[in-house]
Amino acid sequence: MIQYLPNIIFIGVLFFGLYFFARNLSRLYRNINFGKSIDVRGDRKQRFLNMCKIALGQGKLIKRPVSGMLHVIVYVGFIIINIELLEIVLDGVLGTHRIFSDYLGELYGYLISTFELLAFLVVVAVTIFWLRRNVINIKRFFGDNMKGWPKNDANIILYFEIVLMALFITMNATDTNFQAMNSGNLISGYVAILFDGFSNESLHIIERACWWAHIIGILIFMNYLYFSKHLHILLAFPNTYFAKINNLGEIDNLNSVTNEVKLMMDPDMAFSNETTESEEIEKFGASDVMDLNKLQLLNSYSCTECGRCTSVCPANITGKKLSPRKIMMDTRDRIEEVGRNLDLNNGVFVDDEKSLLNDYITKEELWACTSCNACVQECPISIDPLSIILDMRRYLVMEESSAPLELNNMMSNIENNGAPWPYNQMDRLNWKE
Amino acid sequence: MGNNLEVKTMAEYAAEGKQPEVLFWVGCAGSFDDRAKKITKAFVKILNSINIEFAVLGTEESCTGDPAKRSGNEFLFQMQAMTNIEVLNSYSIKTIVTTCPHCFNTIKNEYPSLGGDYKVLHHTQFLNNLLKEGRLKIEGGEYKGKKITYHDPCYLGRANNEYNAPRELIKKLELELIEMKRCKSNGLCCGAGGAQMFKDAEKGNKEINIERTEEALDTKTTIIAAGCPFCNTMISDGVKAKEKENDVKVLDIVELIVTAQDL
Repeated sequence: MIQYLPNIIFIGVLFFGLYFFARNLSRLYRNINFGKSIDVRGDRKQRFLNMCKIALGQGKLIKRPVSGMLHVIVYVGFIIINIELLEIVLDGVLGTHRIFSDYLGELYGYLISTFELLAFLVVVAVTIFWLRRNVINIKRFFGDNMKGWPKNDANIILYFEIVLMALFITMNATDTNFQAMNSGNLISGYVAILFDGFSNESLHIIERACWWAHIIGILIFMNYLYFSKHLHILLAFPNTYFAKINNLGEIDNLNSVTNEVKLMMDPDMAFSNETTESEEIEKFGASDVMDLNKLQLLNSYSCTECGRCTSVCPANITGKKLSPRKIMMDTRDRIEEVGRNLDLNNGVFVDDEKSLLNDYITKEELWACTSCNACVQECPISIDPLSIILDMRRYLVMEESSAPLELNNMMSNIENNGAPWPYNQMDRLNWKE
Repeated sequence: MGNNLEVKTMAEYAAEGKQPEVLFWVGCAGSFDDRAKKITKAFVKILNSINIEFAVLGTEESCTGDPAKRSGNEFLFQMQAMTNIEVLNSYSIKTIVTTCPHCFNTIKNEYPSLGGDYKVLHHTQFLNNLLKEGRLKIEGGEYKGKKITYHDPCYLGRANNEYNAPRELIKKLELELIEMKRCKSNGLCCGAGGAQMFKDAEKGNKEINIERTEEALDTKTTIIAAGCPFCNTMISDGVKAKEKENDVKVLDIVELIVTAQDL
């Protein structure tokens, strides 16, 4: 029985890792579904193509070649090295050692060599990422709210990746049988030199320790995702699939408003029963996360806080408080707060006298936006901060009537004489003279 | 330059029982703003010179609702939209051309789901089509070889993916186009969009139009071309603030064509 102890421990660890991961995912799903429904039908082919190009193919990341290429290395490394995970899990459950090597023969060496090379490149890329974040003064990593948790989160992810890769290489380097095969040890062969003079016994202990630390590390990292901006490795895919496929300039027309305007314009309709079905008074625009739609909440969870959006925002460039990245981070912080509220109260939201508006995002930020779509265009995974800004402006204007005075003047001009300036509509053709 | 513009309203066409080839949506800036009115006239001169049958709505035109919508006033926007759609549909309008990318974007993208489905073109697209059909001829004229830079209006570029039409026209004018550092999909906003035109900017360390104008001036060209009356105003103000108004002209593409063709 005792000989099966490692298998049992492994299965237990794996089970707990996956259990907590599933619990995190279900909370994530619940939180996103706290948002309003949104129509994302239509042109599935186009959506699928966008996902392949932008998420799978990293098409928009490459626009900035340095960080783009580094990201591609880490991304490809992540996906390919994960094939090795399959072997690790099988070995752990079955109590085997390098189960694939028996079946794959010579191919096994090539496979592990590829993993090792990628692991090495990932370490290099991640080290450069760390330098970019902590040493080289790149504005988007130091600007607005990139202090405290967001900064630590970014570094923790990098440390995790370096440690996991180092464990993988060390595990291979101290695996005496594997080194003796002398095939597949492209990188670990050099690292093995460091262990010259170690007894077989201690090498075995180091190898086992690395093996266990590696898999447990992966399980911890997987469960860290839910609390981290690193969630993008999963959510980038649905996010690019569901992202807007219409022209960026198009802002949705609020259906609830359409009904009311039709009533106002057509008195006959007021007396017909057709439109009076929903008596529920609808709130216009968004003051909190539950007024946003599911896609906007998915956007906020998908955001990697890279700050490309903020670095191209004309308002931010010229020193205004608005930062599209902050809009996304605030939205996520608030939906997470709401999520914790749901956890504590058996899935029912208990009013906490807070809201996304004012407690997180100020009016000053919202009114600084030029709706230029630079942030939307720039986002490597098609997040749309503009739609949140506009929904919150809708709340400010239609529910609170708190637009800046000049905008109220502009709007009353449109209402009274059909132009944003106080000119008479009857003079519209005077330019001809 | 003759000042006899031939402009007929849709009502006049309807009275004659005729339908023009295209409706020219003039827009509020094009109707009332002194600088933008010149762009309106320039476009009409080109249309007149090649006998394009077009109409305007005149006093029946009203704001598309763009600044209201982008301010968050969906009610006012939809009131404007539905009123305009009623007028447009009553004349069975099929094709609309406009010199303002904001009107262009709104009618093209936001009117269809409210019942207004039209083919909508920005004036640079419309002229570019005429060029391809051989109905319009453009030569360099006095601009031949001069250096120019072009500012992409957000609502034509990023919002609707039109970067080529204005550049094709510039090429036809035999101008040498020097691109700004931030151009096409990376273009920087002039600062007017999202109803910012009608209010003071929030507190910051610089005005957006100054940031953009500095970038345009960095190209060392003597002409800054735009395709939007609001961008035109913002960058003109920027050039004035930089005291360069005697050296650098901010012009709409149709104004370039009118001068080059001596219309």
